[in-house]
Amino acid sequence: MNEIGKAVRDYIIREYVPEGDDREITETTPLISSGLVDSFSMVSLLRFLEKKYAIHIPDADATPEAFDTITRIVELVQRFQKAEVGSI
Amino acid sequence: MAFPDTVRRSYQTDIEAIRSAGLFKEERFIHSPQSASIEVEFPVGSPPRTCINICANNYLGLSSHPEVIAAAHSGLDARGYGMSSVRFICGTQDIHRELEKRLTGFLGTEDTLLFPSCMDANAGFFEACLNDQDVMIADRLVHASIVDGMRLCKAMQDTFKHSDMGHLEEKLQEHQDKRMRMVITDGVFSMDGDTAKLDAIVALAEKYNAMVFLDDSHATGFIGKTGRGTHEHCGVFGKIDVITTTLGKALGGASGGCVSGRRELVEMCRQRARPYLFSNSVAPVIVAGALKVLDLIGTSTERRDKLEWNARYWRARLKEAGFDVKEGDTPIVPVMLYDAKLAQDFARDLFDEGVYAVGFFFPVVPKGQARIRTQLSAAHEKHHLDTAFEAFKKVGEKHHILGLGRKELMALCVA
Repeated sequence: MNEIGKAVRDYIIREYVPEGDDREITETTPLISSGLVDSFSMVSLLRFLEKKYAIHIPDADATPEAFDTITRIVELVQRFQKAEVGSI
Repeated sequence: MAFPDTVRRSYQTDIEAIRSAGLFKEERFIHSPQSASIEVEFPVGSPPRTCINICANNYLGLSSHPEVIAAAHSGLDARGYGMSSVRFICGTQDIHRELEKRLTGFLGTEDTLLFPSCMDANAGFFEACLNDQDVMIADRLVHASIVDGMRLCKAMQDTFKHSDMGHLEEKLQEHQDKRMRMVITDGVFSMDGDTAKLDAIVALAEKYNAMVFLDDSHATGFIGKTGRGTHEHCGVFGKIDVITTTLGKALGGASGGCVSGRRELVEMCRQRARPYLFSNSVAPVIVAGALKVLDLIGTSTERRDKLEWNARYWRARLKEAGFDVKEGDTPIVPVMLYDAKLAQDFARDLFDEGVYAVGFFFPVVPKGQARIRTQLSAAHEKHHLDTAFEAFKKVGEKHHILGLGRKELMALCVA
């Protein structure tokens, strides 16, 4: 897991995993489709990514599918990091 | 008119997908007034059969109370059937304002505004009272109508882990730069039957200069010593900025809801809340019935006391028999089964035994958290509970789940 993946995992554990729940979160653990993160609470994850990586993820890209695993979230972040660089 | 076959097929595919996912909901026709014992036609076309009802929001047993019915009849005679208007055109009668004043006194607030339902109150409140300089911080298990209302509002949305005060405090610290902060919670959570830590929420709100919004639909009328709600139960009566609640559960169970709270917030709803502005007045017959309900519960706590006894008795019996019951002290007693199919089979078997209860599963509750939600009523007599308990026990034995804990039940599902 790269640095972005680790930061996302730490945030997910802190933000979403209930106290006393010792489930393991890997790169491929389903987040949305498992119900751990729902569309209502997903907003804070989006805000975390945008703030930490200084990117803007448009609503059209912030889909439940794109947020379903750490792997996909990392891909999303990297895609928008490149876009930000490209836009300078 | 344009409803070609392609469009029809598209909807049929969606409906079929709902069915194949096991999420298809069907109504059951009831041939009697709402009560502890009802006549149910199921499947459709079958002769109605008598069942013990253990899934209604009829907490105080007032849905078919003779004095409420008589008051509704009088209201019908004195003020008519409908208003044919929204409130601010020509839809406000003297009794609407009277009910609002009575609710204000009962809930310990400054003012109250009736809405067609609490769903509408929640859908309209946030957009009317907050803007893009503000933040709404909600418990993750708040009712769907609050989620919808928050989505209609331009204020920033945030959430905290269910009843996790440490997490709420972090969020309040994080959002100190906002113009206004509003902490949003249910009083009693409808699916788990647990109670918000409202005293701690109020303390944090005071510390971090935030307002508190409470949806007390599953509490008004019976939670707290005199049934005023979760704020009475938690010792913070008079300290809640906004309470939304319903007339559709304990308070007679017909329909209608309200926003009750700080005078200015209620006034903002009167001026701006779209479900209030663009939907008809609560019918006079319901207003008259609700006024009688407030008379009844204002003069005696007998019904909420009986409900409390029923809930305690029912919970204890289920636990003794070895069911996995969610902890709590409200009349919502969820029997955990975890597996969606098992919950559906269990409910069907209960119906065969003369008990009407419903299985809840994703998306109503989180995945792997399927359950039978039982709800007690002051209309239940001990014999209703004993009969229903025997049915639960028999069905529990049939599915070999008695005495199994969470992990064992979940393993059973996988197997």
